Amino acid sequence: MLQNRIIVITGHYGSGKTNLSVNLAVDLKKQGKEVTLVDLDIVNPYFRSADFRDFCQEQGIELLAPMFANSNLDIPALSTPVIGKLRSENTTVILDVGGDSAGAAALGQYAQVIKDQGYDLLYVVNFYRYLTRSPKEAAEILGEIQGAGRLAPTGLVNNSNLSTETTWKHLEDIQPQMEELRSLTGLPIAFTAVKRDLAGKVPEGLEKIYPIDVYVKAPWNEE
Amino acid sequence: MAERVLMKGNEAMAEAAIQAGCRHFFGYPITPQTEVSAYLSKRFPKIGGTYLQAESEVAAINMVLGAASAGVRAMTSSSSPGISLKSEGISYLAGSDLPCVILNVMRGGPGLGGIQPSQADYWQATRAPGHGDFQVLVFAPSTVQEMVDTIFRAFDKADEYRMPAMILADGMLGQMMEPVSFPEGKADTQKEKPWAANGHGFKRKQNVINSLYLNPAVLEQKVRERFERYAQIQKTEQMAEEFMMEDADFAVVAYGASARIAKSAVVAARAEGIKVGLVRPITLWPFPTDALQKAAAQVKGFLCVEMSMGQMIDDVKLAISCSRPVAFFGRTGGIIPTPGEVLGEIKKLAGGAK
Repeated sequence: MLQNRIIVITGHYGSGKTNLSVNLAVDLKKQGKEVTLVDLDIVNPYFRSADFRDFCQEQGIELLAPMFANSNLDIPALSTPVIGKLRSENTTVILDVGGDSAGAAALGQYAQVIKDQGYDLLYVVNFYRYLTRSPKEAAEILGEIQGAGRLAPTGLVNNSNLSTETTWKHLEDIQPQMEELRSLTGLPIAFTAVKRDLAGKVPEGLEKIYPIDVYVKAPWNEE
Repeated sequence: MAERVLMKGNEAMAEAAIQAGCRHFFGYPITPQTEVSAYLSKRFPKIGGTYLQAESEVAAINMVLGAASAGVRAMTSSSSPGISLKSEGISYLAGSDLPCVILNVMRGGPGLGGIQPSQADYWQATRAPGHGDFQVLVFAPSTVQEMVDTIFRAFDKADEYRMPAMILADGMLGQMMEPVSFPEGKADTQKEKPWAANGHGFKRKQNVINSLYLNPAVLEQKVRERFERYAQIQKTEQMAEEFMMEDADFAVVAYGASARIAKSAVVAARAEGIKVGLVRPITLWPFPTDALQKAAAQVKGFLCVEMSMGQMIDDVKLAISCSRPVAFFGRTGGIIPTPGEVLGEIKKLAGGAK
């Protein structure tokens, strides 16, 4: 599924980048890899990888987040160990990038190192999110992200969902859009992320399903 | 059923405003409401709307005053400190009998406070959104879908009563994503505004929009007329949701994001056999006194849950004429209470009243 030890997760605001990043980190850790999750989100102070500090510690995942994330002084100052981790051959690095091109701007500074080391850059798309309802819109945002992040994408992740209301039918319905996005961008679909406990039969033609858990939760669904 | 999409609260309010016929937005950026501005700045140029990032909050609210004077649906959006800056303009809007919609996606205060969610602007919204004798309509949605529905209602009611309407949300509701659908056939239900200063074309007498009255008797008369309208609104515009109240011995009172937490806690308490329900104010002004009085006739005690030091508790006590004990639980400064904490408080209330 993923060829390189640097995995960059990009996408539109709210496409599910953070939840996917945390899932990948957990799974790669389970495979025995040393995993560093980098919160590169300099745009949004809510619902981000830095929220998972305690969780990552429990899982043995190293978390690098802006120094002051989740404080009242949320300035986008990134800690310096990021470059070291990108160069470290023993570490799998997952970069959770902020939304749209504004978020991808933070990626640009690492572009050369990431290129030198080899990378997978995934573009996460949820066709049920506003402003990425059509393949054309989704492709436009990807173009902007590529420009700002100065890295070419390597694959698409279909993360289409309607939160708790998602059914297999929703995934089936957007298959044509996903196909169109594939032909518009010339990128392969790396996988389709689906909530692990989604009930019912998998629709035909839906391949490469990657089961995910929902880690990003509303406070009223917590204990 | 209408098409479902996944949206953040802030984006959903912005889209709902467009569908309610709003084409004029004036704002100044501040976390955690920024997506409202970001959304409209992308969408308005494509549909012939005016999005303007003003040089300050004071400028933005006065642009709203200008646009509202011309009779169009105008909106501004901010978070707590920005609303304080807008309070002068809000008073002028109220004093000029102008409709508009103001979003406050609340964050922790006072001062610059923080950027995490809070409900500490309740007093400001319901008591003193500016200087002088006046009220604004205050709506407190608690889901992203309700944020959408409330925007339509806020524009309609603001026009109907010729007064500003505020939507009091918080950073949690603004930032969280939920599936929503937009009501079909509701777009642009605007009525004529014969009072608007939009060019008389030599066909009618000119309209004057003003809040300055140097003759005290005239000013008093103006204010009295406004308060007659407020009295009418208090009779007809109260909104509240009653949840698991049918056989409740105790009632939690909470609005907005706190009500979501409280609902989880009520469900958990019911599972433990405690007969508790929730009264959720949807309008904060007018405060839903009828729903509270109805609950007071039935329950032994109330628990007010807020993301503040307890700003709504007085309204609850006044609504029920202090006829039942009203306990309080709150977190503030950007901390969100957990369902577990609220459950603990419900148990205390239920245990202590045996």
